[in-house]
Amino acid sequence: MSTIIEPTIFELSSPGRRGVRMPASDVPLVDSLPQHLLRSELPLPEIAEVDVVRHYVKLSKLNYSVDEGFYPLGSCTMKYNPKINEDTCRYPGFLFTHPLQPIETVQGNLALMFELQEWLKEISGFAGVTLQPAAGAHGEYTGVLMMAAYHKLRGDTKRTKMLIPDAAHGTNPASVGMMGMQVVTIPSDSRGNVDLTELEKYCDDTVVGMMLTNPNTLGMFDENIEKVIEMVHKCGGLMYGDGANLNALLGIVRPGDLGFDVMHFNLHKTFSVPHGGGGPGCGPVGVSKTLLDFLPSPLVGIIEESEDDETAPFYGFVTPEHSIGRMKAFHGHFGGGMVRAYTYIAMHGPDGLKAISQYAVLNANYLQAKVRGHYKIPFDRICMHEFVAEGRFEGSDVRALDVSKRLMDYGFHPPTNYFPLIVPEALMIEPTETENKDTLDKFADALIKIAEEAKNQPELLHNAPSTTKFGRMDEVKAARELVLCCWLPENYEAMV
Amino acid sequence: MNTPSNLKYAKSDEWFDPASGKVGITDFAQSQLSDIVFVEILVDEGEDVTAGKPIASVESVKASAEIYAPASGKVAKVNKGVVEKPELINSDPFGEAWMIQIDGGVAGDLMDSAAYEKDSASRAH
Repeated sequence: MSTIIEPTIFELSSPGRRGVRMPASDVPLVDSLPQHLLRSELPLPEIAEVDVVRHYVKLSKLNYSVDEGFYPLGSCTMKYNPKINEDTCRYPGFLFTHPLQPIETVQGNLALMFELQEWLKEISGFAGVTLQPAAGAHGEYTGVLMMAAYHKLRGDTKRTKMLIPDAAHGTNPASVGMMGMQVVTIPSDSRGNVDLTELEKYCDDTVVGMMLTNPNTLGMFDENIEKVIEMVHKCGGLMYGDGANLNALLGIVRPGDLGFDVMHFNLHKTFSVPHGGGGPGCGPVGVSKTLLDFLPSPLVGIIEESEDDETAPFYGFVTPEHSIGRMKAFHGHFGGGMVRAYTYIAMHGPDGLKAISQYAVLNANYLQAKVRGHYKIPFDRICMHEFVAEGRFEGSDVRALDVSKRLMDYGFHPPTNYFPLIVPEALMIEPTETENKDTLDKFADALIKIAEEAKNQPELLHNAPSTTKFGRMDEVKAARELVLCCWLPENYEAMV
Repeated sequence: MNTPSNLKYAKSDEWFDPASGKVGITDFAQSQLSDIVFVEILVDEGEDVTAGKPIASVESVKASAEIYAPASGKVAKVNKGVVEKPELINSDPFGEAWMIQIDGGVAGDLMDSAAYEKDSASRAH
């Protein structure tokens, strides 16, 4: 079964073959380059253009992508990459500008960034937004830096603990760990909310704040969210919102209005920027008035107001009073992230964005209702944009991984497995707003059929997938016996 | 599920052998994690550990987990064998897969085997 059906591009290489012929250099050669940075060999494959194309087309046929079928991975949110984004981010004015150009020559780019900041403020209910962070976790780190700077400026130095629910994304404790703070895990209650009794125990004057994803990774909107925020604020802590699931709330609830002090957006989750290897991501951060002066610099601001309706204002860069400084070289992921997100927001407008969230929530609830009774749903109430089922069955040794592999035989990408950690054999399912009823029905039918197979013909699941080019991959072997290859420069030893 | 009666157990699924001072994770823990693919021991020989603080990190194909010291004391030995062969945790959790040995270890808040069996059964998936 597992035969290699396409060699690597390096194995296809043959000395002397050419895909591209480099023109002769028409500038003078210099010999002043540092010797230790030069190399005499460059082990690139030598291969004709047509063979390169065929190689990658063959590989792409082995792949499964959003362009081919339904992709219900939970916690990944948006998988929609509108084609119009690819036009707008390639406009020459965006594509051929350099971040070091004088600001007089890039007013259009700055206007786009300024408006995107304003739109994100309006969508989230925050007082200020930075577009700098490179992706979600970088946004978290930016937010936690601001929280620390806020306490430090007040001379409140004994705050070292961050409260994080057990349903959180792993990046939350990681960002806090990078700051050298201590993570305190707060359990969830039986309805998937933050356990208020447990929270009460830890709310004291050593708390930096709390990081909360709402709706959380169970797809549940915290029913006590205002109470949670009040408790954290009461002990002097700040409230961090992980905006990973913001796509469930657009035009319906604003985190800033709920009392959150800071939140990162994932433009690659909520506003159609490609993600999951198609990146780069983009993780702007919004803050309430409390943290406004701590935002990273520079922000895009209006330097001179417009004189009348006919002229545009003059945009430039501004630095908040207690800024934590720069989070990234230059201004963040402009073309790949900001232009695409701007396009998406502009195309949909306020009503369109609201409809996106409504459909994301409706689709998830529709699927949940269809599979209820066939799969155990541990936190069984109205969900938001996703829900979590258990991939295990009474009297069967079938596990979540087997269900997922079997879904591939039915032509679907599996949902997220084994996350969140608080649900045994978790299957985390997120259909998103783009899917029509036919697709959802077909997927639900497949899940229901698989639940029956799990009881009557479990071997079908254990041996799945059987319809793919390769069968069940050996995940244990892949993780235990790592084979990584690369070429080190000849003089690597001397360099380190 | 194997739960040797000469050992003491933490709620977070570590075992502690009061006789030898050895520390590891339980049979129940390895069965929940499934195939272990990576082990990192975070403390060195000669270092002091405190009950309840992280001493190791374990990864399986399903999840990663922090391992906490079930007892306080000085680390006498670190088992490099389990770092090289993480699968030992699956095959021999109470034997070859010990992680560290604590000199004169003072046990934290630990259970006997009967109490641990009851506790883990209530959490069994």
